[in-house]
Amino acid sequence: MQALPVVVPQSPLVALVGNPNCGKTALFNVLTGSRQKVANYAGVTVERKEGTLLTSSGSRIRILDLPGAYSLDALTPDEKVTADVLLGRRAGEVPPDLVVCVTDATNLRQNLRLVLSLKRLGLPMIVALNMTDIARRKGTPVSARRLAAELGVPVVETVGIKAAGATQLIEALQSASVPALKAAPVWRTPSAADIEQDQSEVRRILAAVGADRLEGTTFSDRVDAVVLHPLLGPVILAAILFLVFQAVFAWAQVPMDAIKFAVASFGDWVGQTLPQSLLKDLLVNGVLAGVGSVLVFLPQIIILFFFILLLEDSGYLPRAAFLLDRVMGSVGLSGRAFIPLLSSFACAIPGIMATRTIQNPRDRLTTIMIAPLMTCSARLPVYALIIGAFIPHRAIWGGLQLQGVVLFVLYIAGVVGAMGVAYVLKHTGSGTRFQALMLELPAYHWPSLRNLAIGLWQRVEIFLSRVGTIILALMVILWALSSYPLPPPGATGPAIQYSIAGHVGAWLAVIFAPIGFNWQISIALVPGLAAREVAVGALGTVYALSATGTDVSGALTPLIAQSWSLPTALSLLAWYVFAPQCLATLATVKRETNSWRYPAIMAGYLFGLAYAGSWVTYRIALALTG
Amino acid sequence: MGTILIYDNTMKSKQSAAVRPADIQLAELATGKVARVVSVSAADAAAPVELGRRLAELGFLPGEAVRIVARGLMARDPIAVRIGTGTFALRLFEAACIRVCPEQPILG
Repeated sequence: MQALPVVVPQSPLVALVGNPNCGKTALFNVLTGSRQKVANYAGVTVERKEGTLLTSSGSRIRILDLPGAYSLDALTPDEKVTADVLLGRRAGEVPPDLVVCVTDATNLRQNLRLVLSLKRLGLPMIVALNMTDIARRKGTPVSARRLAAELGVPVVETVGIKAAGATQLIEALQSASVPALKAAPVWRTPSAADIEQDQSEVRRILAAVGADRLEGTTFSDRVDAVVLHPLLGPVILAAILFLVFQAVFAWAQVPMDAIKFAVASFGDWVGQTLPQSLLKDLLVNGVLAGVGSVLVFLPQIIILFFFILLLEDSGYLPRAAFLLDRVMGSVGLSGRAFIPLLSSFACAIPGIMATRTIQNPRDRLTTIMIAPLMTCSARLPVYALIIGAFIPHRAIWGGLQLQGVVLFVLYIAGVVGAMGVAYVLKHTGSGTRFQALMLELPAYHWPSLRNLAIGLWQRVEIFLSRVGTIILALMVILWALSSYPLPPPGATGPAIQYSIAGHVGAWLAVIFAPIGFNWQISIALVPGLAAREVAVGALGTVYALSATGTDVSGALTPLIAQSWSLPTALSLLAWYVFAPQCLATLATVKRETNSWRYPAIMAGYLFGLAYAGSWVTYRIALALTG
Repeated sequence: MGTILIYDNTMKSKQSAAVRPADIQLAELATGKVARVVSVSAADAAAPVELGRRLAELGFLPGEAVRIVARGLMARDPIAVRIGTGTFALRLFEAACIRVCPEQPILG
């Protein structure tokens, strides 16, 4: 984007408003060149996002993307954001100069009621008739001109998923006159009679534009007949999840070996080229051993997100919520908790943010408290490292890989733990027994390749930037703490034992000895508090520094396979199912609950569970392996 | 689960004496059969007051066509309901707010 020579003092502010999942964020991305997350379910956007549209005439228009809402009577925290922005109730903000009400051309019967109530609000408005491509394909095109005549406001056609899909909207925004007067609009909660009256008006308009015909059986219905089938549905869901975990191991082998080889070759080259020096030691033992051992897991992260993005884009996620709702309800969880919890499989932070779509504050808090138990993608490197080192790579019955099965079991362990915690919370508090579901099941779409590619690239960027910043920095610090002070003359053990980190590790090892962790693991858990995958890098550095022999550049997997017992490995897996080894998550909980109380409780109970879980795992494994 | 009481046979017969015989609870509608919404109101006194209004905002309004697309496992909770052109998953206590009148399947 090019900076303009002249800055317009007060660029007009345009807000995108509409029902959930009508494509506001896709339009926002087209208008502003942003890459905000889009997916095919309600409630992807839970925050107010701002961007700038640079028009061809060189003027700037500020564009606001808002969470979807069915009405301005906000019941959930995300809807409140939308209502507050439109009504000018946010501190230091004026209402938008213009509202673009985004509608789904295939679902006008539902969307037009919001258009009518926004029209009553009195803010200048343009209606964007979105997804016109789908409406046309389905044989139910809607004429923007006729709709404009019936509604009495400008209507433009848009296709949010096409780069040129907002041309008409941009033209309309450029030519729209913005009145100078800004009295905050006043919202009056409509009565039942008002809503019914709006609906008769909607029916009248639909009839006038020829869009009042209801389809019989749609494509989505035919898919749902199978996917939501009381018996077939759960089988399909289980099969999909199983496939994902199998693929994470089965498909990643070749690229992982390539990365391993590249890192090892580079390490050898550095080892041979540089003279023996502090810099060489830092590069080989600090940076390459640490960062390299995390980098190896990039292919598995990509495969995991490939499936997550496919599921999100197709519209399957809300169906999974439907199928699992009984389970959710039986432990006292709101049906709305499913999508936040599912998002937490990528990362607990967006998952916790997504709880804003839950109406009841107590239900929301329960969901926040259990979100970190969902296995986030940052645990994948830790799990994959230990599984790769300790679980034999062999097929069990039906061609299933044992490693994939173990990974699946770890994911299930997190889910079962979360359900248990939710159950306890349900029986200790006075929550409502009316936990809402009311979840929209959107029409299925073929996943867009462009969206998929952008989403995957973003994950690669996030992973690499974490490796290049936080992990790299922590590895350098850890290397320094593990190298100094230098061992006294005549010392026999590896130098790291005499360093600061070595002493801290020895002290921590006393605490962790009952659950089978050695001092190397104990050290790695400390920088691993910053983020889970850091522990893998830290183990790489610590083991590189504690190796007395010459095979320093050797990969981490064989090193831990030699030096840990199986009970220790299983105990560490159990630790990572529960332990809140992520400061960013705790910070997000603090922000979302506006209190230190809940992150403190969360850290306390998760560390407690982790220690207990590891202890039990370690003792059982010890007893079984003799 | 107290909310499911309302589907108890004794409750139903007591209720159906009070309402028009053609009206049934949404959840009683056979899967795939089309009906029209007759009324939307909180069925359980303990249910949150905004429940009926929220359903109305989603489009569950008198006169609109509804159809049950799918039912969940075992207790058949939740249900997936087509309303107009949209589909929503509702838990049974939510669906209990909606009374419908079945009609001949001219729409599908």
